[in-house]
Amino acid sequence: MRVAVCIKQVPDTEARLQVAADGRWIDEEEVPFVINESDEYALEEGLRIAEAGGGEVVVFSLGPARVTEALRKALALGASRAVHLDDDAFAGGDALATARALAAAIAKEGGDEGFDLVLTGSQSDDVGYGSTGSVLAGHLGWPHAWLVMGVEVEEGGKSAKVTREMEAGMNEIIRLALPAVIEVQAGINKPRYASLKGIMQAKRKPLDSVSAADLGIDAGQLGAAGSRLEVVSVGFPEAGEGAQILEGDPADAARALVEKLQKEARIL
Amino acid sequence: MSSNKVWIVLQQRDGKVSRISWEAIAAGQKLAAALGAEAEAVLLGSGVSDLAQEVASADLAAVHLADHENLADYTPGAYVGALAGAIQAAQPAFVLFPHTYQTVDYFARLAQETGAGLLPEMTGFEQGDDGLLFHRPILEGKMVAKVRVKGEDTVLASVQSGAYSRDDMEAGSGAEVRGLDFDASRVVPDREILGVEDVAGGELDLTKEDLIVAVGRGVGGADKMGPVEELAAALGAEIAASRPVVDNGWLARERQIGSSGQTVAPKLYLALGISGAIQHVVGMKGSSNVVAVNKDPGAPIFQLARYGIVGDLHEVVPALTEAVKAAKS
Repeated sequence: MRVAVCIKQVPDTEARLQVAADGRWIDEEEVPFVINESDEYALEEGLRIAEAGGGEVVVFSLGPARVTEALRKALALGASRAVHLDDDAFAGGDALATARALAAAIAKEGGDEGFDLVLTGSQSDDVGYGSTGSVLAGHLGWPHAWLVMGVEVEEGGKSAKVTREMEAGMNEIIRLALPAVIEVQAGINKPRYASLKGIMQAKRKPLDSVSAADLGIDAGQLGAAGSRLEVVSVGFPEAGEGAQILEGDPADAARALVEKLQKEARIL
Repeated sequence: MSSNKVWIVLQQRDGKVSRISWEAIAAGQKLAAALGAEAEAVLLGSGVSDLAQEVASADLAAVHLADHENLADYTPGAYVGALAGAIQAAQPAFVLFPHTYQTVDYFARLAQETGAGLLPEMTGFEQGDDGLLFHRPILEGKMVAKVRVKGEDTVLASVQSGAYSRDDMEAGSGAEVRGLDFDASRVVPDREILGVEDVAGGELDLTKEDLIVAVGRGVGGADKMGPVEELAAALGAEIAASRPVVDNGWLARERQIGSSGQTVAPKLYLALGISGAIQHVVGMKGSSNVVAVNKDPGAPIFQLARYGIVGDLHEVVPALTEAVKAAKS
């Protein structure tokens, strides 16, 4: 199996976030970046599928220079090659523009044989469009499934049995013909940690970059220029009534809360 | 160039139009009013003309019904096939969808196929200097983006659950139900449906509980649950969890609250180390009293909570247990 995995590097949402000076995004200066959570699960799933069937994982990421850290980490975890979509023309794209670039890169890097499977996370923890993998599938002309909690490759790689989440705690089991795009939900597996050996080996594995020109796509179709959506401003949610915050050390705050629950809310 | 229409594509299952579809109709009516456009609903399925009649009671210019045997069970191939040609022919300014797992599974692909723009998870809109500005959550609900749509062509947008209320939907005098103009040869499933399984139900029904103590990622591990269990015991509450806790194996999936778990509305929902991502909030926002304990004062859960304590839950939880015991004795 030749497996492509698309990963995104996102700001750590546990970090303290501040609005950037132009008001259009967060100030990235002091914020640590990590591999998007569901993409980590997608990478692990791709590695398991490649290991079980004999094959390799090629990992793709679109973004500025910092994403090479995420790609190196993926190589340390077991991917055999990394491709960095590295061009200012790719920046600021909505799901449609970003998927256009990824689809072209996957088609190009897949060579004559092509990939049997593309895995992505279901949703990014920053902009959260949840759509890039599905659009990618459309460009490739492959079937896809979103929010996937199980993948079983069948018939020697001709199809896959896929478990996808529905609402209200129900899962649907479906069969997709391969090649396909599978958008993985966090929790599908238990991602591994990089070993020291893996980290050492990653330094010698190929990490290539591709530009818009390499993909033969007009820059007007990519990134912010090729997007219908334009983020005008970002901000913190307007405080509704908000919570009454109970101040003091833990013991004082706890006592004050219990009193409120008894006397105001009348529930204890 | 799009026409002066707002379409709302509804979701139905088991003979019912979903709750969030009615909310999407309310959103579509408001958007149509802001644009000076007409709102029309679209219903896909097999043998669902009764539902189309039910939808026609809303204030809509028309209800378009796509009735086809290949639409009996949802598949993205059949849904995209039915809608793509119809959207390209009618060119509505906006096509709204309820923001459900099913919608997200296919509507991005529909945008790609039709050349439409794509605006997932809108929670509202306002009039900006340069046209409408749409609101959508970013960074797991910690912040909100205001987004402009460039160009005149059709945009597909999904409406977040709870962003609009069914109560705000305008009733009408009986909209005309018409057949959707679609190409049946394109209505082809692209996946085989093998079955469904119930993963969250289990033995535990949290929906009947009056008091729930829910833990999030902030609890830090299965080995740190002891003090939480003591607090729940002191309160006489059941324990629930947000998704990351279950994914990490710290609690069983039957305890999960949220869009992929159970939906609860207890008298007390004590959220410990839960940030308040929308996927969790949709499962508990109906609770009468939400109490949040979180070390991040900016956590969205505090917007929803009646009472909050900003602090480390590992210090606050034992203190709460003591305070509850003292109050009850």
